[in-house]
Amino acid sequence: MSEHPTRPHHDDEHHIVSPFIYLTIVAILLVLTATTVAASYVEMGVFNPIIALAIAAVKMMLVVLFFMHVKYSPKLTKLTVGAGLFTFLVLVGMTLADYFTRAWGRW
Amino acid sequence: MGQQNDATNFAMWLFLLTEIMFFGGLFTAYLIYRNWYYPAFVEASHQLQIGWGTANTAVLITSSFTMAMGVWSAEMRRKGTLVLCLVLTFILGLVFLGIKSIEYSEKWEKHHVPGFHYSVQSFVNPASDPEVYKEYHDKPLAMDMASKTEMYFFLYFAMTGMHALHMIIGISILGYMIFRAQAGAYTTGHVTFVENFGLYWHFVDIIWIYLFPLLYLVSRHQ
Amino acid sequence: MSDAATIVSLPDQSTARIPKVNFLSKENGLLSWLLTGDHKRIAILYLISITFFFFIGGALAGLIRLELLTPQSDLVATDTYNKLFSMHGLIMVFFFLVPSVPATIGNFCIPMMVGAKDLALPKINLLSWYLYVAAGIMMIYTMSAGGVDTGWTFTTPLSTHYVNTHVITTGLAVFIAGFSSIFTGLNFIVTIHKMRAPGMTWFRLPLFVWSNYAASILMVLGTPVLAITLVLIVLERTVGIGVFDPAKGGDPLLFQHLFWFYSHPAVYIMILPGMGVISEVVSTFSRKRVFGYTAVAFSSVAIAVFGFFVWAHHMFIMGISNYAVLIFSLLTMLVAVPSAIKIFNWTFTLYKGSITFETPMLYAFGFMGLFTIGGMTGVFLGASGTDIHLTETYFIVAHFHFVMVGGMLMAFLSGVHFWWPKMTGRMYPEKISQLAAVVTFIGFNLTFFPQFILGTLGMPRRYASYPPEFQILNVFSTAGASVLGVGYLLPVLYLTWSLKYGAIAGNNPWQATGLEWQVQSPPLTENFPEIPIVDHEAYDYEWLERQKENEVASVG
Repeated sequence: MSEHPTRPHHDDEHHIVSPFIYLTIVAILLVLTATTVAASYVEMGVFNPIIALAIAAVKMMLVVLFFMHVKYSPKLTKLTVGAGLFTFLVLVGMTLADYFTRAWGRW
Repeated sequence: MGQQNDATNFAMWLFLLTEIMFFGGLFTAYLIYRNWYYPAFVEASHQLQIGWGTANTAVLITSSFTMAMGVWSAEMRRKGTLVLCLVLTFILGLVFLGIKSIEYSEKWEKHHVPGFHYSVQSFVNPASDPEVYKEYHDKPLAMDMASKTEMYFFLYFAMTGMHALHMIIGISILGYMIFRAQAGAYTTGHVTFVENFGLYWHFVDIIWIYLFPLLYLVSRHQ
Repeated sequence: MSDAATIVSLPDQSTARIPKVNFLSKENGLLSWLLTGDHKRIAILYLISITFFFFIGGALAGLIRLELLTPQSDLVATDTYNKLFSMHGLIMVFFFLVPSVPATIGNFCIPMMVGAKDLALPKINLLSWYLYVAAGIMMIYTMSAGGVDTGWTFTTPLSTHYVNTHVITTGLAVFIAGFSSIFTGLNFIVTIHKMRAPGMTWFRLPLFVWSNYAASILMVLGTPVLAITLVLIVLERTVGIGVFDPAKGGDPLLFQHLFWFYSHPAVYIMILPGMGVISEVVSTFSRKRVFGYTAVAFSSVAIAVFGFFVWAHHMFIMGISNYAVLIFSLLTMLVAVPSAIKIFNWTFTLYKGSITFETPMLYAFGFMGLFTIGGMTGVFLGASGTDIHLTETYFIVAHFHFVMVGGMLMAFLSGVHFWWPKMTGRMYPEKISQLAAVVTFIGFNLTFFPQFILGTLGMPRRYASYPPEFQILNVFSTAGASVLGVGYLLPVLYLTWSLKYGAIAGNNPWQATGLEWQVQSPPLTENFPEIPIVDHEAYDYEWLERQKENEVASVG
């Protein structure tokens, strides 16, 4: 598998990601999977879920940026992904905020 | 043509946004109940075999790799490589579902399917479940907390089930794509369909990337 | 009124004809309609379907008001009454209000307004209509099988554990209707981003497009949460998993969080396209640019964004934490601001404009007054202190009917009348339509204003029987409803009449700006004979004047 495309680029800004990058990414993803499994065996208290979600977030960003080509996509695509993540976080965050603050009782 | 590709690509991203929000409701429910019933969620998660879960994660990540390579092959107009990549992705998808069905039938046998003769026996008396007990030495849960393991399993089946449904749809479309790819439909410059399907496939992978730690890796330490 | 100025400019009726080649005459036969990809035909299909559901919802409203004439539950049993208001709400929200402007006027006009041949995804557009019809059929089945009595809000645990009505079928019908909405919104977003004609920059777009764009964002991001919520309800009722069941550790309030996360943005999905119509109509009938174009455009998007942050103001008394009440109340105050900005901008558009009072403008005036009242009463409800007393009373019912019926429905009628000549090539009869608009306005106020008073006096909503001291106001309300019914029936009659006997409209009877008015009425299937090149701002009446000067007087 060569790094240079053997055909000319399309005339839109279509960037062809090389297989070498894909290979690197999948290797990192598998390593991170092993890491997150190993981390779950270590007692870290409140940091366990934080680390697990952080590793998952990194894996997600790698898939989004490289496998889904967002790194090489127009700004609109990046904005769209951002909007989706933002709305998701609003749903989860603000709903959880209600649940967490119930325990705080009345003023 | 470029404008058309651009438009359908954008349309696929918007569709993926709807999928993010669709799963969002389930993630919200999961996070709330995990917080409320943490001991139940920990012990219930021990009933999932970490080996299968990790294997499935590796399978899906690899299938994302083969799918990305499929898109590359289409862009490079290499029909043979494209068909190979799509077939590999297809097979890996089936392997994922196969492992999932092994896991599901195990849950069924142990009466851990909510609504279908659900049993809290393994949690009220963990010693009665020697394989799991050997690894984790869980403490017996009080009845009210033990009954919350049913909530964990509901969310487990709802989330992985919804994910599996998306996998099945994806694999079906892959099957169709393999035929079309063999006929040369995607290696003459019209890569949009493969590209957009790739986006869908990677998205389904991302959902699993979050499901795995949330469901399997709640707490595996002693 | 016979000397009143009018901007209507019709071609000479003795020689005018409907253009021979247009999107209606292009192809004939049922299949050419059922398998069409033409956004204009799909818009007409939608118009017929939503009108159908509107009258079913309206009939249910009539039954409700009839029952409420007397304090006892004597016309129908209380269980039946519960079904009446539930089905009324479900049908009006999901099968009328949500698709009303976007799926009819939006589908018809947006491609032309941006200068395109069609929407980005015509097949998805058709699919959207079929999903709507499928959902509608399911809904009719549900109704004939006995309906649901949970209220349109499906509140748990009532809907999951205590009723034995058709919650599952209704939930699935709404689920399918939701996807219809998602696909419409998705289509609009792609079209507006990717298919604008050369020269049509974002800030040259008509404000109608901006409003529908904002509503489409809400459709795409909000509706899926409703979808998963309905799935959970169905699972809860079938398998009994306990996600909303306190006995199994679930929280009924979780349902409300997920439901209102969609249903609050849903009200903005409903009103934003209506506001878009008002922008177009107020500008055209004041012969003036909309004041503060940028402010109105950004307000539309701001309403959409902020609309996602306020949903729990529907849950102030339900058991959420006091801190959540505080935050959501504060955010609700914020979301009122962009809506108010728009009202101010339309008012400043009117100031020193050459105002005429054709039917679309009458409806627009009705909108501005009634939506303002409805919106201001929303502020009383957004303030958690007053909400505690006013919620679940008729004050809420009055509030949302003022914004949805006094606001949205009037905007829809305004839009239908405004674009009727474009869609059909014919003018509606002006005098009777003005009469209908006035009748509607009077009927509306008589129906719903007493309900504010009833609410502050303490009459609860969703009750078939009530204390006798509330009867007189209920009688006023029902009387108003009869008048309102006449007001809504008239357009169906005279608009149908106009299809055969209406005056020929010509390209631009309103002398409006906007690309859709520069082509024939009804338009060609491909909208424009050649791709337009846009070199003027929106609402540029000077440009329109120059166009007319250069116009060819007759065609060979």
